[in-house]
Amino acid sequence: MSALLDVEDLAVRFRSDSGEVTALEGVSFSVAAGETLAIVGESSSGKSVSALAIMRLLPPAPACRVTGRIRFQGRDGPISLLDLPERAMVAVRGGEIAMIFQEPMTSLNPVHMIGRQIAEAVLAHEGGGKTAALRRAIELLDLVGIPDAARRAESYPHQLSGGMRQRAMIAMALASRPKLLIADEPTTALDVTVQAQILDLLRRLQAETGLAIIFITHNLGVVAEIADRTLVMYSGQVVEEAPTASLLAAPLMPYTRGLLNSVPRLEAALRPGQRLPAIAGNVPDPRHRPAACTFQPRCDWAQPDICGVTRPGMERVAEAHLVRCARWREIAV
Amino acid sequence: MARYLLSRIGQSLFLLLIVSIIGFALLHLTPGGPLSQFALTPGMTAADLHRIAHEMGLDQPLPIQYLVWLWHLLQGDWGRSYRDQEPVLAIIGEHLPATLELMASSTILAVIIGTWVGVLSAMRRYSVADYLATIGAMVALSIPTFWFGLVVIYIFSVSLEWLPSGGIATIGNGSVLDLARHLILPCVVLALVTVATWSRYMRSATLDVAAQDYVRTARAKGLRPGQILRQHILRNAMLPMITLAGLQLPTLLGGALVAETVFTWPGMGRLFLDSLGYRDYPVVMGLLMVSAILTLIGNLAADILYVVFDPRVRLA
Ligand SMILES: Nc1ncnc2c1ncn2[C@@H]1O[C@H](COP(=O)(O)OP(=O)(O)OP(=O)(O)O)[C@@H](O)[C@H]1O
Ligand SMILES: [Mg+2]
Repeated sequence: MSALLDVEDLAVRFRSDSGEVTALEGVSFSVAAGETLAIVGESSSGKSVSALAIMRLLPPAPACRVTGRIRFQGRDGPISLLDLPERAMVAVRGGEIAMIFQEPMTSLNPVHMIGRQIAEAVLAHEGGGKTAALRRAIELLDLVGIPDAARRAESYPHQLSGGMRQRAMIAMALASRPKLLIADEPTTALDVTVQAQILDLLRRLQAETGLAIIFITHNLGVVAEIADRTLVMYSGQVVEEAPTASLLAAPLMPYTRGLLNSVPRLEAALRPGQRLPAIAGNVPDPRHRPAACTFQPRCDWAQPDICGVTRPGMERVAEAHLVRCARWREIAV
Repeated sequence: MARYLLSRIGQSLFLLLIVSIIGFALLHLTPGGPLSQFALTPGMTAADLHRIAHEMGLDQPLPIQYLVWLWHLLQGDWGRSYRDQEPVLAIIGEHLPATLELMASSTILAVIIGTWVGVLSAMRRYSVADYLATIGAMVALSIPTFWFGLVVIYIFSVSLEWLPSGGIATIGNGSVLDLARHLILPCVVLALVTVATWSRYMRSATLDVAAQDYVRTARAKGLRPGQILRQHILRNAMLPMITLAGLQLPTLLGGALVAETVFTWPGMGRLFLDSLGYRDYPVVMGLLMVSAILTLIGNLAADILYVVFDPRVRLA
């Protein structure tokens, strides 16, 4: 299988007055054409930074240094994103890899009409005239299920509901038929019914266009619904990767198990006042990460003489199941 | 929108009333009234002075004097100058265009340069150019206008003899080139402070907008940096600047007063100082009202422009 996107040993370091922060370390994964890969993990585990690194939207050096390799199967053959000159990268952004964000309200420019903002993306990649681009923008709005698209194209972001705004963002992302869409928590800011509609829309678009999606989320319920494979991140590293079904059925990394336990289930509805079983403790400060296993201070399975000594590497458990845990064999049984 | 405008106009009228009361009181409470000017005339007796004061209504209690003045003003009668009996409105009308010319040209100059410097500083934050712009603005803000005016006169008029040291035109020469040559120095001197303020605010507005999510979206959809700057950053960064322009008007008027004095520019500022010296109350009050009206109109225009340029307010 030749992957559409192949990330290898990605590391991101931010430099600030108070020293260097390693936001990401040794991150490797790949995305096949047409598949959906979910990335889950607690806040500040490095999900957004991974996405922004692929898009090359992180601050420039020396404030931020990105190392590793990101290969992408472009229209004109394979390209290495981190080596691409900025001018060429501009064509990749939105052209071959598109991205949508968590807050559709702030992610759209408040002073321009929706149609115009979409047409801009069309013009940037497809060329042609302004009128043609606007017409295409209306088509795209129609495609993402915005009723009365021609009139809606003349709305400003604040005149649309949250769900409509996210649809408009998706329309913008589809402007030049990208092969990969990175969606960074696209439904987190929306209420539940709208969330479901947006997920449906993404699935439909994927079926129609063969789009691959990297779907970043906190929400394991969403993962179950949309993702073929899932990547679990913790403290700047990938700690488990597996087909979604096996990950949910048989998680190996204690952190993944903790995440799954913290999901409220319908059958075990919480009594009033009962709190969600969260994972005890906090994510380590990236400046003072344990040299050994980063999850070990919070882990029920931790054995100081093993887990506190060396940092485990990613181990292959099954065909497509990888885990970063020294004790996965014991956990598996 | 219409209701908003009406309420703003109502507010402005109320402000004008307050300004006129305070101005009138301050003016009349200042020691040495218009009579002291007449007293200098040889052969003037105390009885004469008394008669003149009575004719001018200056022997009335202050509130009555104010109400009389206001009553006339409301009927469109701004009074006559004590000096030459010319109608106040005509005198101000003669001097207003010169001031407007100076203010408009220096504002245009300042906005162009200030915007450019501010955006450049923001886009190249912490670069040498940014530091130079910061230091330059500090220096510009700490140089008194009259001192800077005298220095440029010394350099460009006295030493180099490139430009005239004052006046609005050479008598008998009304060519555009002559007008422009006279305009350059006062325009630059008046623009200095505005450039400094404007560039600072522009820098922070640009930085603020550049960090917004929608600018990241613009980058993510593959726009070129120039496009992002023009269509997404500048368009939004100009919004707070519109308000600033309105708020800066009084400062600009104050600066114009000084610049006009230094460059013997025949505008309202000169007229104001001259009239104040003569205790020419009607003219001084007239100038006060005109300045206040200009400022209020400027602010109102800024508010309206803001509404026009921000769909969130326009369509709320
Ligand atoms: N521009 C930046 N400068 C410095 N540090 C940053 C920057 N962006 C992110 N980081 C750091 O990188 C780490 C990972 O952040 P990231 O935004 O990827 O988290 P996340 O997994 O997306 O979290 P969330 O679920 O809250 O969105 C955090 O420790 C964060 O503080
Ligand atoms: Mg994030």
